[in-house]
Amino acid sequence: MIANTPSSHHGFPGRLLVFEGLDGSGKSTQAALLGKWLSSRGYRVFFTEWNSSDLVASVIRRGKKKGLLTPTTFSLLHAVDFADRFERQILPPLRAGYLVVCDRYAYTAFVRDAARGCDPAWVRTIYAFAPRPDRVFYFRVPVSITLRRKIASRLKINYYEAGMDLKLSDDLYESYEKFQGRLKREYDRLAKSDAFTVIDSTRRVEQIQQDLRADLAPLLQNFPTGAKLLHDG
Amino acid sequence: MTGRTYGTRLPGFPEGPLHGKLVVVEGADGSGRTTEVALLREWLEVEGHAVVDTGLRRSDLVSGEIDKAKQGHTLGTTTLALLYAADFADQLENKIVPALSAGSTVLADRYIFTLMARAVVRGASRDWAREVYGFALKPDLVVFLEARPEILLHRSIGKYGSLDYWESGMDMLLSRDFFESFFLYQDRLSKEFDWLSDQYGFHRVDANRAPEAVHGDVQQLVAPLYGARAGAAPPTKTRRPAASG
Repeated sequence: MIANTPSSHHGFPGRLLVFEGLDGSGKSTQAALLGKWLSSRGYRVFFTEWNSSDLVASVIRRGKKKGLLTPTTFSLLHAVDFADRFERQILPPLRAGYLVVCDRYAYTAFVRDAARGCDPAWVRTIYAFAPRPDRVFYFRVPVSITLRRKIASRLKINYYEAGMDLKLSDDLYESYEKFQGRLKREYDRLAKSDAFTVIDSTRRVEQIQQDLRADLAPLLQNFPTGAKLLHDG
Repeated sequence: MTGRTYGTRLPGFPEGPLHGKLVVVEGADGSGRTTEVALLREWLEVEGHAVVDTGLRRSDLVSGEIDKAKQGHTLGTTTLALLYAADFADQLENKIVPALSAGSTVLADRYIFTLMARAVVRGASRDWAREVYGFALKPDLVVFLEARPEILLHRSIGKYGSLDYWESGMDMLLSRDFFESFFLYQDRLSKEFDWLSDQYGFHRVDANRAPEAVHGDVQQLVAPLYGARAGAAPPTKTRRPAASG
């Protein structure tokens, strides 16, 4: 199923909650905590992450080795991956009336592809099948903090995360800062145009989580819990 | 001279015109497309043109994945349409554009139009398909080989010994019966090609005839692209008299 109008609301009984932000912005931690809480309240929750499927991971590996990947094919392959996840995993629970929590959504592609020079209007068209979420939480932090978090937790910075394919710098850390800076500028732009709920993610985990729960209260009012989906009364 | 796209321009695309010709041959399975591409290639090479041919699902990048996905029949409409787009983009950037830059003629055995038609009959919107493929280069010529469904049917059976699952649109669940599904599917595709033909200015060629007759027509369409250099250009009936003293 492909939407005719990009970015229109889905109109399904479920709710689509999206977590966006730079790597190391704390969004995954928050998404997991929120999912736990929603489940404990009796809601049916479906959680999905922006992970490359086997299909795309192997293509990207091969493309990288042969030097075949360009910003365009890179963009389209991620779209393939997301479309597959969307049609298979996101759409059915959304139609069935679940709270669908997405750790990254089409916006991740918008910012990455724009940073690689793809035409933003074209990228939006490609993702026209992805409906506008009920909430997009954008976890906003300075790039320097994400880098510090990465180093502190001894996570390796990968080639594409650092935008090394763009040849911004030969130094991995310098390239990372430049590339992530570009992503952040794109996110900040989208925050305005697409009405993101901006979360100051430099604060404590507990504080942020409390804000999220408070923010969702109105949206959850009258939203059926799991029991009501399984039987009447 | 080629070099312009239908819509968006890709990052890293060469500036300026490309000197080779891009000739596209479209048509259903059984329309004689592949035979015509082979004849065209032979003729153009004899005429002294360097020719590179290309088709769908031949890129190094994702062709294996497309085969796998087709075997499992597991991908949704949008996903498959985008996978084909990725494959096409790879061929465009890594094969078609370099060949055209080098001055070669690129003969495309099907192009974005087949991909668009397939996606649209499976539920994609025309606008979406047109914009997704907006990065494709505008060909110098699009030849559309048209044949009646009955003829396609007999050629298809002759070629495969039976009807092909995909060419019969069995994935669309139009009918459990191959024979019936084949006609329903080809009918939908042909309506979509009619629309595309108007939109994109195809040159339609009657492909119900024998390969030689079809080839003759196609040669007449292709020859003008090369101006005076084409040896097989149709003889003009009204000759301008040579300037005489």
